[in-house]
Amino acid sequence: MSILFAILFYAATAILVFGLAYRIRKYIKTPAPLKIPTTPAPTSTPGVAFRMIKEITIFESLFKSNKWIWLFGWLFHFGMLLVLLRHLRYFTDPVWWWVSLLQPFGKYASIAMLVGLGGLLLRRIVVDRVRYISAPSDYLMLLLIIGIGATGALMTFVTHTDIVTLKSYMLGLMVFDIRTMPTDTILVIHLSLVILLMAIFPISKLLHAPGVFFSPTRNQVDNPREKRHISAWAIKLESSK
Amino acid sequence: MAAAKFDVPELKEYPIIPKLQKDAMAHSAPYVAKEQFQTQLGYPGELVDNWQQVAIDKMGELTEKYRSLQVFLDSCVKCGACTDKCHYYLGTTDPKNMPVARQDLFRKVYRRYYTLAGKLVPKLVGAEDLTEEVLDDWYTYFHQCSQCRRCSVYCPYGIDTAEISMAAREVMDAVGKGQKYCNEIIGKAQTLGNNLGLPEPALIDTLEGLEEDIEDETGVQVKMPLDVKGADVLLITPSADFFAEPHIDGLIGYAKVFHEAGISWTMSSYASEAANFGMFIGSYENMQKLALRIRQAALDLGVKRIVFGECGHAWRVAYSFLNTLAGPFDFLDSNYPVPQHICEVTHGLIQDGKLNLDKSRNDHMVLTYHDSCNVARASRMGDTAGGQFTIPRDIIKASCNHFYDMPEHAIKEGTYCCGGGGGLLTDDLIELRVKGAMPRMQALKQVTEQNGVTHMAAICAICKSQFSKVFPYYDFQMDQIVSVHQLVSNAIVLTGQTDGDSDDEDSKDAEEAA
Ligand code: SF4
Ligand code: SF4
Repeated sequence: MSILFAILFYAATAILVFGLAYRIRKYIKTPAPLKIPTTPAPTSTPGVAFRMIKEITIFESLFKSNKWIWLFGWLFHFGMLLVLLRHLRYFTDPVWWWVSLLQPFGKYASIAMLVGLGGLLLRRIVVDRVRYISAPSDYLMLLLIIGIGATGALMTFVTHTDIVTLKSYMLGLMVFDIRTMPTDTILVIHLSLVILLMAIFPISKLLHAPGVFFSPTRNQVDNPREKRHISAWAIKLESSK
Repeated sequence: MAAAKFDVPELKEYPIIPKLQKDAMAHSAPYVAKEQFQTQLGYPGELVDNWQQVAIDKMGELTEKYRSLQVFLDSCVKCGACTDKCHYYLGTTDPKNMPVARQDLFRKVYRRYYTLAGKLVPKLVGAEDLTEEVLDDWYTYFHQCSQCRRCSVYCPYGIDTAEISMAAREVMDAVGKGQKYCNEIIGKAQTLGNNLGLPEPALIDTLEGLEEDIEDETGVQVKMPLDVKGADVLLITPSADFFAEPHIDGLIGYAKVFHEAGISWTMSSYASEAANFGMFIGSYENMQKLALRIRQAALDLGVKRIVFGECGHAWRVAYSFLNTLAGPFDFLDSNYPVPQHICEVTHGLIQDGKLNLDKSRNDHMVLTYHDSCNVARASRMGDTAGGQFTIPRDIIKASCNHFYDMPEHAIKEGTYCCGGGGGLLTDDLIELRVKGAMPRMQALKQVTEQNGVTHMAAICAICKSQFSKVFPYYDFQMDQIVSVHQLVSNAIVLTGQTDGDSDDEDSKDAEEAA
């Protein structure tokens, strides 16, 4: 079991890292030949940075468009962020002070995360417009993350797992030293789902995470009159003009 | 008004999100471009035999050329935030007019041929083969998108359906299934200089007639110069300004502004079109050809500045792309932005106190303002973000006493498209145009009832044509749509003008006659 999971972990991490690197490289390499920021857009780089920060932290555009999706989406993402940060304690020794500080919040964040996910799933089923646009994978993805969150919360609030052994296993993994992993069912399910999620990340809609940083409508400075903005393939057309 | 052959949507008191009605607009598609219109733009004359392969290859080529397309195809999480944002969905209730569903028509094919998940488990991720049915859906529904970008404002990732519509249209052109209206017009503009195919003598004729009209009305000789070498300003305006109502009143307004400010200006018969339909079909090359005509005209006439007249898509291409497509414009006067919008010019003159505006001359109207989608969400005026909202409003307020904005969700970056943009302003799509105009009509009705608004001003040639056509379907009058520079034209008191005080009666008569 310990060895199997070690292999799976390494494989999933490799897929995640290389898959994402491949996608991101593609986004960087693909030119954006025309300026297309959605206006009113900032006219300077700091302005764009501020716009992006607002998008990423408070989901500004989503807030403008739909308060329910915003609420559920925000609960989910920020619950998840806290939960993930809390998980750092399994990978660090000694545990960083701010991670310890986060522990009590991180615990309840898992509930916020589940509420958010539940809300999103409910909307997908109940609202005819959202049902119409949903593919099976859209439901499965939600169920997958709900599964991860629910098993995690179970271990926090109901049946605790052997944290000390788990931590030692995780720390071992990071230095390629495979130790014993606790084998209670909930933990095994939890970890399997996480591994699955990591592996499908680079080929799924989870690509929205890197995608948002590369979205030309959001990350471009509104200065086309001041600056000429010509891409490599467009220069080739130039020579023939 | 002749009875329509379709149901005109009812205007509710408040906007509501309609229930989905599958295939409600499946019957609506524009005429397919004939061979001659295709080949002149460098596309195959009719559907090629191996169209599937050509389309799939083209799709791959485009995702490598445009980061927007690549990122947008990958990033959608189907959150649904954009589903109720498109005026065509609101007006037609067809689910495929929800922005994300429209994107998905393209995305499902992209997934099938270009993603691992789509190759392995197509059903699971909603990937589909490119079949004839899919191509038909593309043709139908990518011609039910006016590329207005309203959806892009509300998407958490800024996914812009317009970019996907443009790509889909480019793919369709590449396989020989182009749209007649757009491609015919692009051909005319590339060969004759304007969308309407107006030859130089016709332009001269029209302009001379207008000069006489202005002189009759004001007693002042205001010139409408064409092809004047050495003028300071080259004015590029949509060709609708030369003959359509109320566009032409806007043109008279520009002429009066230039005259009064003592700016020497000219128009060009070689580049007598501001609107650039190359954008609508997503073709960089065709868009560039049209932009280069403007550069050439500026060089030939030796002007110092380029100013654009009232047209939304024209201004988007001019503001955002002209410099990139046809620049650098280092031969022009660097004290002015290249290009400038006529509203920026007029606004500057008003601020400097160079124009004498008598607001009471517009007292027979209570105004509201329609932000044209491409100006609002894809361009700017002045040097601060949002200048495209304040500058036209400032001009209107300087020209009239009564102005009220429509509700917030329907103006500025949330503005609704008129329903006729994006190359859809053609009679074969009238049902779509009427239905797509519904959200705007609703907002207009609200200020009509609450504030007694009688007229709506706009700065886009397509908006003006579209509204004159669809107003009657909603019990408004054709002439309730006006040009912003028409208001300026009414209010301006030219130096030496003989009819010193306002004569409401005359202008009313003129309106009724129009
Ligand atoms: S708002 Fe954006 S992410 Fe959400 S469904 Fe629409 S296009 Fe997709
Ligand atoms: S760009 Fe405009 S017309 Fe096209 S889908 Fe988006 S909102 Fe609708």
